[in-house]
Amino acid sequence: MIGAYAISTAQHAKKVLGLFFDTVYWIIVGPAKGKFAKRASIFEQMVFIGVRSVIIVFFVAFFTGIVIAMQSAYQLAQLGGTIYVAAMVSVTMARELGPVLTALVVAGRIGAAITAELGTMKVSEQIEALDVLALNPVRFLVVPRFLALLIMLPCLTVMSDLVGMVGGFLVGVYNLGLNPYRYIDVSFEFLVWRDIWTGVLKSVVFAITIAIIGCYMGLNTTGGAEGVGKYTTLSVVTSFILIVLFDCILTGVFYFSNM
Amino acid sequence: MDKEIAVKTEGLVKKFDTMTVLDGVDIEIYKGETFVIMGGSGCGKSTLLRHMISTMKPDRGKVFLLGKEITGLGEDELDKIKKKIGMSFQGSALFDSMTVGENVSLPLREHTKLADSVIEIVVKMKLELVGLRGFENLMPSQLSGGMKKRVGLARAIVMDPEIVFYDEPTSGLDPIVAGVIDKLIIDLSKKLSITTVVVTHDMGSVFRIADRIAMLYEGKVVEVGTKDEIKNSKNGIVKQFISGNPDGPIRFFKQKDDYLEQLIK
Ligand SMILES: Nc1ncnc2c1ncn2[C@@H]1O[C@H](COP(=O)(O)OP(=O)(O)OP(=O)(O)O)[C@@H](O)[C@H]1O
Ligand SMILES: [Mg+2]
Repeated sequence: MIGAYAISTAQHAKKVLGLFFDTVYWIIVGPAKGKFAKRASIFEQMVFIGVRSVIIVFFVAFFTGIVIAMQSAYQLAQLGGTIYVAAMVSVTMARELGPVLTALVVAGRIGAAITAELGTMKVSEQIEALDVLALNPVRFLVVPRFLALLIMLPCLTVMSDLVGMVGGFLVGVYNLGLNPYRYIDVSFEFLVWRDIWTGVLKSVVFAITIAIIGCYMGLNTTGGAEGVGKYTTLSVVTSFILIVLFDCILTGVFYFSNM
Repeated sequence: MDKEIAVKTEGLVKKFDTMTVLDGVDIEIYKGETFVIMGGSGCGKSTLLRHMISTMKPDRGKVFLLGKEITGLGEDELDKIKKKIGMSFQGSALFDSMTVGENVSLPLREHTKLADSVIEIVVKMKLELVGLRGFENLMPSQLSGGMKKRVGLARAIVMDPEIVFYDEPTSGLDPIVAGVIDKLIIDLSKKLSITTVVVTHDMGSVFRIADRIAMLYEGKVVEVGTKDEIKNSKNGIVKQFISGNPDGPIRFFKQKDDYLEQLIK
């Protein structure tokens, strides 16, 4: 039972990796063959991702910033250094919560939408129709979504870092009575480049995860309309698990290599 | 053999889990003819068609399209052949996110360097053929099932293919429109000498359009012949299928265990 489960998981993992390499192949080799994804369709996907998730990403980041500020103020007050709330918020947002929370929100909104759309196309023979028209589904459907997420998720992440810092700033200035200029100074004093780029690197890995899992589940949907619902849920759950897992692995790598 | 072969399958076998859907199918379809594959619902007609258009790989056996074996072909070679075939799907398979016009023009925009104005004219002509000119800007969700099917047909022939496959082109259409589609299929195949492969169990349609007919039953081709040969067939299965007689060698229920047994279990 467990053995069978492990084998089927391994088989899926292999196919997911296959889809990833296929996508990379089309991104690299496609332009040379004059068969690249349409710029318009990548742009369309980027707008879709941005419009769909920007408000909720900001909402989550803003309140997370407030929460980190209050939680760290509670602890730092005992040490008599509430000004370091500023540093706590900026570094925590940039290194950890910005990338992870944004990825989770986008997995729930966009990953689900991708699976539902491609899954519907699969069960209504549209994927097959593309294939017969000699239009490779990976090039035509996966590449634009993959690239759009790869561009948009890091952007959303950096924006969420900033929004979170605004949330923390409000707590620091209006609740803790800190000097606003000093608060901003400390925020950026402790925030170094590697905090930002490790966060952005995480979001790149998460973007790849969401896009490939979302597309894989969509392209493998079976069982009609009911199947679309099932695979959409599966897609979100799988993305969530992988995001948390990759976050742990990447954080470990950064930690032990002193980054 | 003087006739050129357009489509050929050799010992095609396909299993889904334990169910054998195709069990050694051998078919030869000649260039320019209209070949009808008939058989009961769920007997594997669509599956057979999927193998012919290379969207499904057989467990065993070979498929030849326009003289090339396609089962082991690389993507580029396969694409070249795919551009010479068209497929009208059972459920129309229109792209939901595109208008009717965009659906029909997609292959032209992707595979040719034709100017937009030329593409527009070609699309108008193809939609005119299926009686839907003027519907270019509607979305598929705004069409009836029969209209979708006709748009799917227009998309299948937009690249002027050498072989067109139709999966139940007339099911779900009213008799007049079905007649129009039948006539269109005949016109295309006779005037442009397109090879036509039609899957259907609409008997009226079969005898209107077919040059030759194959009967698929339990994963095998049980008989192939011209219209008259099939009409006068001695084969009990074929006879029963044409007449629609509920009693005969064709079993309607395919369950493994007995109905009575299942009831009292
Ligand atoms: N992808 C698949 N996975 C598992 N089973 C399948 C798959 N596709 C088809 N089948 C099974 O294969 C059998 C034949 O299906 P197919 O769609 O080819 O029938 P058909 O002859 O086209 O029927 P109809 O006339 O109703 O369209 C059915 O029993 C179906 O359940
Ligand atoms: Mg069918």
